[in-house]
Amino acid sequence: MEAARPQREPALDADYDVEAVRAQFPALQQEVYDEQPLVYLDNAATTQKPQAVVDRLERYYTRENANVHRGVHVLSQQASSAYEAVRERVADFIGAPEPDRGPAHAQIVYTRGTTEAINLVAATWGRSELEAGDEVLLSRMEHHSNIVPWQRICEETGAELKVIPVTDRGELDVEALEALLSERTELVAVTHVSNTLGTINPVERITEKAHAAGAKVLVDGAQSVPHMEIDVAELGVDFFCFSGHKMYGPTGIGALYGRRKLLDAMPPYQGGGDMIDEVSFGGTTYAEVPHKFEAGTPSIADVIALGAAAAWLDDMGRERVHEHERALLRYATERAREIDDIRLIGTAREKASVLSFLLGDVHPYDAGTVLDRLGIAVRTGHHCTQPLMERLEIPGTVRASLACYNTREDIDRLAEGLEKVRTMFG
Amino acid sequence: METQSATIDARADELVAEFGLFDGWMGRYEHLIDLGREIPQIADAHKDDAHRIEGCQSKVWVRAEPGEGGRLRFTGDSNAAITRGLAALLIRVLDDQPPADVAAADLGFLGEIGMEEHLSPTRKNGLHAMVEQIKGRARRAA
Ligand SMILES: Cc1ncc(COP(=O)(O)O)c(C=O)c1O
Repeated sequence: MEAARPQREPALDADYDVEAVRAQFPALQQEVYDEQPLVYLDNAATTQKPQAVVDRLERYYTRENANVHRGVHVLSQQASSAYEAVRERVADFIGAPEPDRGPAHAQIVYTRGTTEAINLVAATWGRSELEAGDEVLLSRMEHHSNIVPWQRICEETGAELKVIPVTDRGELDVEALEALLSERTELVAVTHVSNTLGTINPVERITEKAHAAGAKVLVDGAQSVPHMEIDVAELGVDFFCFSGHKMYGPTGIGALYGRRKLLDAMPPYQGGGDMIDEVSFGGTTYAEVPHKFEAGTPSIADVIALGAAAAWLDDMGRERVHEHERALLRYATERAREIDDIRLIGTAREKASVLSFLLGDVHPYDAGTVLDRLGIAVRTGHHCTQPLMERLEIPGTVRASLACYNTREDIDRLAEGLEKVRTMFG
Repeated sequence: METQSATIDARADELVAEFGLFDGWMGRYEHLIDLGREIPQIADAHKDDAHRIEGCQSKVWVRAEPGEGGRLRFTGDSNAAITRGLAALLIRVLDDQPPADVAAADLGFLGEIGMEEHLSPTRKNGLHAMVEQIKGRARRAA
């Protein structure tokens, strides 16, 4: 079988020392079940954390812990500075442009993750801007977290949801999008990269068309930030959301980027401490952006460790990571195609880090369970994209998703595992 | 006197012995899948929402009907082979038993046969929901 395989090109980057990368991830060093070395291919759900991020969390809790923005004492001041410094790093990390007023990083709002970022925009911008007769366009491949908040706000405001179709190979139908755009369109909300198919959507083009129609654009960057360089200024988007835990950072922290003008005009999100200017029973005035959207004690440690994750990825070089993952995805796709009865789900021309498939009549749950016993972590099911599953007329998929530390051996183990699945259920 | 079939515990012991013949997880899984092929089949007409077990990634149905002596007779199916096997295991142990015994059954044997990873309540295989539904029916019938 080795010999029969065609020559592959291009080879993985020889300078990319994936073993040295792996060595930085304690969780990857373990065995599961009966001494099966762990093959972790569920990175689209969440990535493992490098030692640098774990250490940063530990250092914060062992030496630096204090509440931010309120203290005169030294620990509080240091925590506040570290916390605010990450805002600058995040702004830089995603290429937030300088607004007319204030610094670029004032456009970064900390949230619990992508889900909360989208809910924040829906609850503030959506509630104040949308009204009956307006339309919100979403694609058929959106994660539920970029569907349900819009459904709810549309119900509340009387605006209408319209769905941008997806082609058979899993690409967003840009022509159909153009046809859907009109002066009624207030917002186009699309994912940058599909978590189920890996499709990279042409955000720049979408933004251009949407803006020409006078609509705003929100991009769900949960699956793009970990895998490619992001420049929100170049993409031209109005809102951009992502999660720390999918980019080697902690859970419970993410960010929303919004254009300053929009953020300024938006009402606050939650009420409480930190988001106010002055409180009196006669009336309360609010803090400036971004603090207006950050009520209560934030996830300080996680913000600081998110900064460490961004620094770590920058040191790795996102372009190099992207190249490594691209070559690995190509390799995985070729290996998968050698398996009888496999059906790849999502064959877009531009893809990132996701291999979704079905194996003959084998239910994804069965395949996932056997792979799990072999020490191979994949995800099975609808991946929180039920409308997309309905469109593709499948109940779900088996999804292997890659990260910077995955190797050819991981892919070989997956391919061998799938052969076992075939013999067990065939 | 009606002939009493083997007790729940005796059937569970039998399964433990049967699965004990395999020393690797793969053999045990293949046996589970084989058992699933012999599941007392629920009629297609009953593969509806009323018999569907919620909380499962695959589709799974279980139906209980009163049989002789007030004992419950179970049928079931799933579109996933492992889930079908798990349903078959439950049915093999609990079918045609006094409802009070079903309601009180200790299903620890699932761990003993090397299926412990399926026992977690958060695993979306429907096993917990199946057990609850079966026991619920048995309690109402008892
Ligand atoms: C494309 C996409 N959007 C949104 C989310 C939600 O992210 P989180 O759960 O971190 O808020 C996910 C994560 O599963 C995702 O893959």
